[in-house]
Amino acid sequence: MHTLFHIGRYCIFMKGLFLKPEKISVYYKQIKLEMIDIGYGSLGISVLISVFMGAVLTIQSVHNLVSPLVPIYAIAIVTRDAVILEFSPTVVCLVLAGKVGSSIASQLGTMRVTEQIDALEIMGINSSGYLVLPKIIAAMLILPFLILITMFVGIGGGWMAGSITGLINSHEFRRGLLSGFDTYNITFASIKVVMFAFIITSVSAYQGFYTEGGALEVGQSSTRAVVWSSVLILFMDYVLTQLLLI
Amino acid sequence: MKIEVKNIYKSFGNKQVLEDVSVTFEKGKMNLVIGGSGSGKTVLIKCMVGLYEVDKGQIVYDDRNFSDMDFKERKHIRQEIGMVFQGGALFDSLNVEKNIMFGLNMFSTMSREEKLDRVNFCLQRVNLPNVNKLFPSELSGGMKKRVAIARAIAMKPKYLFCDEPNSGLDPRTSIVIDNLIEEITKEFDILTIINTHDMNTVVEMGENIVYIHKGKVWWEGTNHEIYDVDNKEFNDFIFASRIMKKLKK
Ligand SMILES: Nc1ncnc2c1ncn2[C@@H]1O[C@H](COP(=O)(O)OP(=O)(O)OP(=O)(O)O)[C@@H](O)[C@H]1O
Ligand SMILES: [Mg+2]
Repeated sequence: MHTLFHIGRYCIFMKGLFLKPEKISVYYKQIKLEMIDIGYGSLGISVLISVFMGAVLTIQSVHNLVSPLVPIYAIAIVTRDAVILEFSPTVVCLVLAGKVGSSIASQLGTMRVTEQIDALEIMGINSSGYLVLPKIIAAMLILPFLILITMFVGIGGGWMAGSITGLINSHEFRRGLLSGFDTYNITFASIKVVMFAFIITSVSAYQGFYTEGGALEVGQSSTRAVVWSSVLILFMDYVLTQLLLI
Repeated sequence: MKIEVKNIYKSFGNKQVLEDVSVTFEKGKMNLVIGGSGSGKTVLIKCMVGLYEVDKGQIVYDDRNFSDMDFKERKHIRQEIGMVFQGGALFDSLNVEKNIMFGLNMFSTMSREEKLDRVNFCLQRVNLPNVNKLFPSELSGGMKKRVAIARAIAMKPKYLFCDEPNSGLDPRTSIVIDNLIEEITKEFDILTIINTHDMNTVVEMGENIVYIHKGKVWWEGTNHEIYDVDNKEFNDFIFASRIMKKLKK
């Protein structure tokens, strides 16, 4: 019953976003600002975790695949595909669900409990459209590029770890990277990221937008935003993988 | 120009907050809605502007039935409404200038200079020059209220709603704000409705006072009439303080 209520209200919320906007130019400006905020603002953390993810992946693959039957450059293949298919799109997006999601939920939640959203409504502005739509569009546009960067960085991290530890030298690593590369993987990852971006922003915005009460509830909304976007990301990850990869 | 509230009911869950409230507010007057904490003043005002949907009854703006309208039709009326919220409700992420300019940016076709002129005019009007670039977090409570008033009048509203514009302010600043609202009301011939439990406001400028108690209208009248009302609840509320009792004598 409770879940149904949320699903229903979420759908109404989504529909409300697409009422005719007041002034298109204002939206463009908002989208630009949000792209900087969401994309550039998340660059540091995304790059940082990607380096370590790539490094760990390489070392673990070596650890798991030691066998005379497996050529050493296979390590690079494993690292590359794992980073592109799963680690960059999914794990980075999970981290972003924490960073971007909680910030959206608490921003909107605070605006709700301090009546700023009411103030928008009073002016005759479609508050959800004005506040939320630019965030969703911005995230869906910018996150694929961010993830593309993290792919490079992640693979770079793997290469670095391989070289530093001496487990796989640069030459072998390069050979692995170039062998049997399927560009569809990048397309697949981008589709995932666009979906995840939509989930993170819309679910968090929904949670924030319908906050009731005070500062305590803002905190709770922000927690729920992170939990629900993470769960939905992993669920969607499974669905998309089954649909698009087999 | 008038706003008619016709037999409205509003409840939250099974808590009846407003019950059969009917009042008429006219322009050019200081319309005060008074009542104790939790009596339903804020809910009444929010029902009138459509932030809450009423369960039953009608809100009519100059023969335009607001309650029956959809979002698009309401938008026209909303652009004629200015509202000062109980907590100010300034946009935290925007500075004072942008807060006041917000509505103009959204709806007007003014040039940037014209908009800036309007902002400065409004700020001047509330006696707050030179705060254009400050953020809400850098303002004092009284300044926030005044910026909120400036924002509310920026779009030249026909209807002005103020939810406790002078609560939490020192007596002098409250008087300044009251006078300001009164001046604006007379100067621009606005329909002004003020929620308050400030007795000074009631005595000084209540031209049409509506007393709400437990979600019902208990009394209506002017500030001259408050002294000889034969109603226990009303008298307990108005003449609660010693100073008001002295005034009555
Ligand atoms: N969103 C809401 N959900 C549930 N109950 C509410 C809601 N808003 C107000 N109420 C209830 O309605 C009653 C009237 O509240 P309201 O805010 O109108 O009081 P008020 O007269 O403005 O008081 P104050 O002078 O303290 O601002 C209160 O008992 C409050 O608990
Ligand atoms: Mg109130």
